[in-house]
Amino acid sequence: MSSGSLKSHKFRSDREDDWQQLESLLARLESRSIGALSDAQLIALPALYRASLSSLSVARATSLDQDVIIYLESLTTRAYFAIYGNQTRMATRISRFLRIGWPKAVQNMTRETIASALVFFLGALLAFVMVRTNMDWYFSFMPESLIQTRTPASTIAELRSTLYHDGDESGLTSFASFLFSHNARIAIFAFALGFAFAIPSVMLILYNGCMIGAFVALFVDKGLGFEVGGWLIIHGATELFAIVLAGAAGMKIGWAVAFPGQRARLDAAARAGAQAAAVLGGVIIMLFLAGLLEGFGRQLVSNDYVRYAIGLTTFCLWLAYFYLPRDHEEWHAYGEEWHENNSEKFS
Amino acid sequence: MSQETTNQNKKKLRPVKPTYNPDKNIRTLTTPEGINLHLRIAEGGARITAFIIDLIIMFLVLVLFNIALNAASQDMKSGGAETAAAIWFLFAFFLRNFYFMVFEMGPKAATPGKRIMKIRVASRGGGHLTANAIFARNALRELEFFLPLSFILSAIFFSYQSAGGWMIFLGLIWSFIFLLFPLFNKDRLRAGDLIAGTWVVKSPKLHLSKDLSDAPKPRDGQVRYIFTPSQIDAYGVKELHVLENILRKNDAHTIGEVTERIMKKIEWPKPDKTNNTPTAQGEFLNAYYAALRGKLETKLLFGVRRKDKFDRR
Repeated sequence: MSSGSLKSHKFRSDREDDWQQLESLLARLESRSIGALSDAQLIALPALYRASLSSLSVARATSLDQDVIIYLESLTTRAYFAIYGNQTRMATRISRFLRIGWPKAVQNMTRETIASALVFFLGALLAFVMVRTNMDWYFSFMPESLIQTRTPASTIAELRSTLYHDGDESGLTSFASFLFSHNARIAIFAFALGFAFAIPSVMLILYNGCMIGAFVALFVDKGLGFEVGGWLIIHGATELFAIVLAGAAGMKIGWAVAFPGQRARLDAAARAGAQAAAVLGGVIIMLFLAGLLEGFGRQLVSNDYVRYAIGLTTFCLWLAYFYLPRDHEEWHAYGEEWHENNSEKFS
Repeated sequence: MSQETTNQNKKKLRPVKPTYNPDKNIRTLTTPEGINLHLRIAEGGARITAFIIDLIIMFLVLVLFNIALNAASQDMKSGGAETAAAIWFLFAFFLRNFYFMVFEMGPKAATPGKRIMKIRVASRGGGHLTANAIFARNALRELEFFLPLSFILSAIFFSYQSAGGWMIFLGLIWSFIFLLFPLFNKDRLRAGDLIAGTWVVKSPKLHLSKDLSDAPKPRDGQVRYIFTPSQIDAYGVKELHVLENILRKNDAHTIGEVTERIMKKIEWPKPDKTNNTPTAQGEFLNAYYAALRGKLETKLLFGVRRKDKFDRR
């Protein structure tokens, strides 16, 4: 029996060049991006992929050469991920996220956003009323690190100075960046804790509301209500909105885990998670902007009316950006994978 | 009486639970072309190793950045140190959160640690691995790992502030729950994978080695080994694959042993002197492999897959 005459050997040697070609294309694609391939190579890629898929199914049925089957299996899986994976450029991805992905995800959780905002303001109102009736509550709501010189024992002049001078100029950037990463973590936790039926997220939002309420109550008590409003709103319109959105993202996941509807619980959680993550990604951007407004905007602008104007304008801009209805094709096509049912592909 | 027998029948009908399944890590993915591909779920060990490698890389980057920042801030006048601290905080935050995201959004869908361990992230539904999914799975990392880590570190370094021992204890319990989470579900999902709809699979990059049936012919051009049909019929597919592995490993000692065993089994005429050298044994095994594969593949074409040597078909 001559060894070269095996059918499976002939099968392999006839197609081996195609497989090698696919392998080298994949190596180029994976090491850089889709731009690394020429037009001719791009056209060849899906054809080679289908050819190797067909080789795989023939090999499974007719060849007993383990090596070939395992090789083809890994090659086609790589090619599958390369072809059906996401090959969008980073710039396109970011622009699409800003134009469509983010506002659409926010619109999809309007219900949760309203709930989250209610919880936040409930906390604020609660703390405000409690601190107004008894100043001792102030210390239970505020963490030590944020109290600094702002205590009920401070004089009006001292409190007023905290509103217009945020410490030294040189400490400014440090303060802003600390606050940014601090708030960003709170937002991430409000999102991430959502899977425990959203209860921790709600508590976190409630507590943040309490802190704001207690803080405002202290200044109102000293007759600085209008001033503290300006101090807060210039960056708070962005920052508090962001935290409310992060809480809403957590609630979305928690709701999906608790009440998955017709889907499997895991499936529902994953689906909600993808949308909530889009919102959270935006929240981080908002917090970054809020950090800038807080660090630089508030430092440079000490007029109360201008502060209110800036704060309210940014708030209206955010509302318009998120909720203005859009009606173009790309908007409707985006995020189809949220609705399409993929779970049947797996057995 | 009759009731008793039906009861016995019911007992017999109860399915037997398999105790060990070697393929339990394999998941089937059907491509749009209708072919089933097999994905292998990455093992817990590989994932932990990958994560540790990533942590080490991040730590080194942070140390280098620190050195560079120190050098730069000394050039500046007053206030340089505080600006440097601000930059450091921002850099640490971005590194911690975006290291994983940027790499996993790339074409390989894997961080350097994962690449070294030959694993990658994939969408559980088989569809696109979206940026949102990657964002979600990594945002939860903050909760799973970095939060308890910061608890523990602050408890160690600022122990004068509060009950440090309790913080460490709670932090450890917290991180253990999340750390062990992947071990308690069959897809090895961590909490982040659960929310994001992703999983981590093996992505080995294999190269095609040479076909064993294509062994070089003996130099004198003669076909030295001719097997009778009954000699070839001694084994099935399972043994063929074992033989293939042995030939690929090419360990002289094993080849010698296996040659002897096969020669005994198929009652090969007493080997002459030349057949005792390792090269001759290798040639013999190669020839037998080719013959066996040819035979089994022919059967396969007629729809018979002879499982192993006990399968008499």
